[in-house]
Amino acid sequence: MLQQIEGSAAVAQAVATCRPEVIAAYPITPQTHIVEGLGDMVKRGLVGNCQFLNVESEFGAMSVCIGSSATGARTYTATSSQGMLFMMEAVYNASGMGLPIVMTVGNRAIGPPINIWNDWSDSMAARDAAWIQLFVEDNQQAADVHVQAFRLAEAASLPVMVCMDGFILTHAYTRVDVPEQAQVDSFLPVFEPRQLLDPAAPITMGAMVGPEAFAEVRFLAHYKQLEALDLIPRHAAEFEAIFDRDSGGLLKSFDAEDKDTVVVSMGSVIGTLKSVLTDMRQDGSSIGLLSIRSYRPFPKQQLSDALANARRVIVFEKCLAVGMGGILAADVRMALANLSIPIYSVIGGLGGRPITQDNLRRMLDKGVQDQLEEPHFHDLNVEVVHRELERLRDIQRPGSSAESILRDIAGADAAARGSR
Amino acid sequence: MTKVPDSEQRVKFYQTGTFTVGNRLLDEAQRTVQASVERANSLDSGHRACQGCGEALGARYVVDAALRAADDQLIAANATGCLEVFTTPYPESAWRLPWIHSLFGNAPAVGAGIAAALRARGREDVRVIAQGGDGGTTDIGMGCLSGVFERNDDVLYVCYNNQAYMNTGVQRSSQTPPAARTATTTVAGSEPGNELNSGKSVPLIAMAHGIPYVATASVNDLHDLEYKVVKAMGFRGARYLEVFVPCPLGWGSRPADTIKVARLATQCGMFPLIEAEYGELTAVTRIRDRRPVEEYLKLQRRFAHVFAPENAHQLEALREIAERNIRRFNLLPNEEAAP
Ligand SMILES: Cc1ncc(C[n+]2csc(CCOP(=O)(O)OP(=O)(O)O)c2C)c(N)n1
Ligand code: SF4
Ligand SMILES: [Mg+2]
Repeated sequence: MLQQIEGSAAVAQAVATCRPEVIAAYPITPQTHIVEGLGDMVKRGLVGNCQFLNVESEFGAMSVCIGSSATGARTYTATSSQGMLFMMEAVYNASGMGLPIVMTVGNRAIGPPINIWNDWSDSMAARDAAWIQLFVEDNQQAADVHVQAFRLAEAASLPVMVCMDGFILTHAYTRVDVPEQAQVDSFLPVFEPRQLLDPAAPITMGAMVGPEAFAEVRFLAHYKQLEALDLIPRHAAEFEAIFDRDSGGLLKSFDAEDKDTVVVSMGSVIGTLKSVLTDMRQDGSSIGLLSIRSYRPFPKQQLSDALANARRVIVFEKCLAVGMGGILAADVRMALANLSIPIYSVIGGLGGRPITQDNLRRMLDKGVQDQLEEPHFHDLNVEVVHRELERLRDIQRPGSSAESILRDIAGADAAARGSR
Repeated sequence: MTKVPDSEQRVKFYQTGTFTVGNRLLDEAQRTVQASVERANSLDSGHRACQGCGEALGARYVVDAALRAADDQLIAANATGCLEVFTTPYPESAWRLPWIHSLFGNAPAVGAGIAAALRARGREDVRVIAQGGDGGTTDIGMGCLSGVFERNDDVLYVCYNNQAYMNTGVQRSSQTPPAARTATTTVAGSEPGNELNSGKSVPLIAMAHGIPYVATASVNDLHDLEYKVVKAMGFRGARYLEVFVPCPLGWGSRPADTIKVARLATQCGMFPLIEAEYGELTAVTRIRDRRPVEEYLKLQRRFAHVFAPENAHQLEALREIAERNIRRFNLLPNEEAAP
């Protein structure tokens, strides 16, 4: 049903139509509205016999999910940022045991400095945790991809994260066609667990594995993710047949074919990029856009096919591998290793720094002329950085950079105001 | 055994020297689960615990009794630790019930998740037990455990307390007694062994949550242990059982002395046996033949240094712990308790 609705509420309603049986969650901004919404629906008896557990931590949340999923219940949780780190041991455990839990990540920066705003540091910290990671561009996709996520998780017997940009999506009111119960029921079959704690047929789960078999177990984790590369587009096609909407899939090209320059990114910035690129094309640039929707498994082949004719690629991402550079860029480079074209890594939007059409346009104008340094830090205040580096060099005990920079910016702003 | 008022006690368990419960003296109904040929043997033979492992013994009794109480409809969650490692070396498993090991510190929450799933699926006839060592329970698992308690999740949590991190090579836990030697509280310096005035009582913390049932038990009285498991299974909601399980390897005791060491711990007052319902103490097992703390300590090399003259204050501190337990829980029979 079409609604003007907050992203979190749309996700909560979509998850509810998936008939979850156990939800365990711990509050953290910007995930809160999703679990508040679900908690309320459960309490009103709108989600069948679903059990909603207010747990004592994210580690507890994921651990409850592990127990409930292993006992055959369709299980859901959501988190962000510090919460993801706090549950990390259990995050690895859930995938290691092949438990089809679905978790929303309201993507948020990781501190310190503590910061509640959007970037992808949290889900990237779990990049190698063997979960499937799906990114969504808008709140319609956010709602739709959750429905697909349960289907995928249960078909692959793997947990799935649906990554949606914190605030930009979770707190945005937009028009969303929230999936209808009858349609969801025809898309999402009843959960048939591959392994089940059941007194009628006792099994041991979580046994010790030594060097003699560990490599094979890890290989199979990889192999199962590669199998999901087939499932994801198949599910997206089935979903489209029922819902008449293109949501999900491995990746999505927006006029990327036969363009000299292709921008690769994920998540909500795709929307902003689309507008900028439309303008640039009108101004004569040969530039297209490619959105990665399945980050794990990473669609290497599909990406390299889609970019076969590109002359340069600009990867824009909201995360940073400190000491290395772009994370998504590294993946894209690996996927395009057979093409000898420049691949630029642009890191922006960290900790919620606004990504505007203007600043994107300035960056891309440089990009199409091969003028981006490696990696390029988008919209970085270079003067502030230089002043802090000077302080670090000159002052005996300079204190924390986070606080110095805030003081510096406040001072500079005050000076600017004074001079006006 | 004061849980049966003296007037009702049909059999007095006086067996010279041992106090072993004479099972065959009991009514059929009162006999132990282990005495029955129909016992589940849920923790099967062939596992790799050390000789004389108190934890292996305790776990078998606990899980068998819980299974019988649940009509075999039982699922277990297990923390990382000796019990997990010695029972499930891939591809073997000593468990004959549905059993899951997830992590070191999350067994209570995994149990809560199992219980939630059963409830959602209308299978509340299936019961849940979660278990772990003292480290997994009272240290790294304390947050999850407290969560289960305060939410009153329908889980029986059993802590096998061997007073240290045994699986990783005998390091100190919050349950390691003062002065005891572990690999991280070595016999060195002016205060050899573990710090005095450290540690905590998790049964009391559990009682502070007001949960339906809390009890302590020991492998020296398996009849009592089974009784408490069965009683715990009679409640719905969160229940906590702490079982005293000597570890010959970690304590430096003879494997053959496991039961003796456990018995002496209760007889000297170091490990009080109690029961509580909804936060109120309801029963204590009175000490029938009180033994000096030294007798208990002397069987364990982890306490050897407390007998050196320069460490007399450590021995005194341990005696005081026993005295305090005896006073706090009124552990002496009435005639002896009177001043
Ligand atoms: C998060 C984490 N930290 C540390 C460990 C290492 N570790 C495994 S078992 C164990 C000790 C277990 O001690 P306890 O819970 O008392 O059980 P016991 O082996 O004594 O029966 C430790 C420290 C781990 N597995 N996970
Ligand atoms: S180290 Fe101790 S607890 Fe572990 S198996 Fe051996 S005796 Fe049992
Ligand atoms: Mg221990």
